[in-house]
Amino acid sequence: MKRTLASQIIASHSTDPVKEGAICRVSVDFAFVNDITAPPAIDAMAAMGRSRVFDRKRCAIIPDHFTPNKDIASAEQAKKSRIFASEQKMLYWEVGRAGIEHAMLPEKGYILPGDIVLGADSHTCTGGAMGAFSTGMGSTDLAGAWATGETWLMVPPTVRIDFRGSISRHITGKDLILAVLREISVQGARYMALEFGGDALASMSMDHRFTVANMAVEAGGKAGLFVPDETTLAYAEARASRPFTARYPDEGCEYAKRVEIDVEKLTPLVAAPHSPDNVRPASTFGDTEIQQVFIGSCTNGRLEDMAAAASVLEGKKVHPSVRCIVIPASYEVYNACLEKGYIRTFTEAGAAVCTPTCGPCLGGHMGILAEGERCVSTSNRNFVGRMGHPKSEVYLASPVTAAWSAVKGHIADPAQEEA
Amino acid sequence: MRGKAWKFGDHVDTDVIIPARYLVTADPETLGAHCMEDGDPDFAKKISQGDIIIGGENFGCGSSREHAPIAIKGAGISCVIAKSFARIFFRNSINVGLPIFVCPEAAEKISQGDEVTADMEVGVISDETTGESWTVPAFPEYLRGIIAAGGLVPFVASRAGR
Repeated sequence: MKRTLASQIIASHSTDPVKEGAICRVSVDFAFVNDITAPPAIDAMAAMGRSRVFDRKRCAIIPDHFTPNKDIASAEQAKKSRIFASEQKMLYWEVGRAGIEHAMLPEKGYILPGDIVLGADSHTCTGGAMGAFSTGMGSTDLAGAWATGETWLMVPPTVRIDFRGSISRHITGKDLILAVLREISVQGARYMALEFGGDALASMSMDHRFTVANMAVEAGGKAGLFVPDETTLAYAEARASRPFTARYPDEGCEYAKRVEIDVEKLTPLVAAPHSPDNVRPASTFGDTEIQQVFIGSCTNGRLEDMAAAASVLEGKKVHPSVRCIVIPASYEVYNACLEKGYIRTFTEAGAAVCTPTCGPCLGGHMGILAEGERCVSTSNRNFVGRMGHPKSEVYLASPVTAAWSAVKGHIADPAQEEA
Repeated sequence: MRGKAWKFGDHVDTDVIIPARYLVTADPETLGAHCMEDGDPDFAKKISQGDIIIGGENFGCGSSREHAPIAIKGAGISCVIAKSFARIFFRNSINVGLPIFVCPEAAEKISQGDEVTADMEVGVISDETTGESWTVPAFPEYLRGIIAAGGLVPFVASRAGR
């Protein structure tokens, strides 16, 4: 039987007959939660009558959503997480060391090619950039995995996306995934896996790939897997916390659908409210005024994102009527930004630089929008009320587009600004 | 399960079901009081115990927050019938014991305010107002096992030691 990458990885983790649509019991390589999803998982595990996680080196809590804690209730959630992690002696990073889970875990070599990874956060699909089957679930599912080291998965059909051509300066991973969403819609891969390949991978850095995989869930995808190549293996080998076996799709395997994206024809894209597939060229927004720009999140808070934003903001000023918030996604990224002088570039331009947190992306804290305000954000969702007031608006864009928008005070097209 | 139908469109996302600003608790009652707030600020006050949500395509898309089905349950909704569900929401609903039915025809034809009954055992949804009814396919065996045990928590608990 010829297998897609998703099916290949599931088959390597199950003794059940693995065919599309079948429900299989699989072993889990890594399972994590954050400060919002940890407390219900901790309670569920206790209710399951289990006192120990299956492997303390494969189970993690990363406080990143309401951290540094914004109020007493979030501090209590973090405290519960901290105490449990300490009792279990499992993986845990305290504020000041913890970055955004989806940026930090691959960076530290905990998500590896060929893995099955579960996270109690929908953007766990980010790990697919590593060639892993990495998927988001709820807290109770995670508790089950912590307790048993197993879960159930339906073997998904796969939508194959081939990127053609090579990536240019104005086009980033964000534009690529927005192009995919424009093509297949927010339910184009519902219950399915996305598999990314094509000759454009040769010019796609890991940071671009993480951005693309991150938004697979915005197409309804269960996972968004990049076929591993030299770039993947070099990144993984330099960071791996344990041994791994990369998997590959079989030549001639069957896909539910195939889509080709010609990278060279793309112009910078923006997703307008209130759906990530409401995608239009950045050049079509005219003078849409904005009040806030957010550059960061598990989608676009990596070093190349920071470098792209810094290259735009260098020697320029954030528009007087705009608040620009920049958040490196992890301390590795933050420290590299310090060394390279990006932090000074941001603050001299008049941007606020904050400690790693998911805060603004989900309207959690540090960057909440008031009624009627518009924000250009490098994050992944522009649902009603996502970043604050139900009558605020979020426009999703790449760090390059976001940085230019911060300078201009309206949604800007980098291709025009830099022409 | 029997109640009045509350009809919603396609792509009802988890931020609408329960906005992130309330995720500092997982208490069903507290979450239930804010259910659907950003779509309809008075939703939780307008519904009666046992009422039924009718969704369109891709119901529950977005975040993995289990707080979403918990909020719906906490608000007093007895079940959700939709044309299709987002994957994580589907799993979470089974795990927290919120009955859900995939039935495009019922979701299409049931009107706002209709009296609806849903029977999970038999797999039948009826619109008592119009007299129409639909059969729904059973869940796969493995999932029926989890539902039969009362959710994932008792399911794992019952397998302790195995």
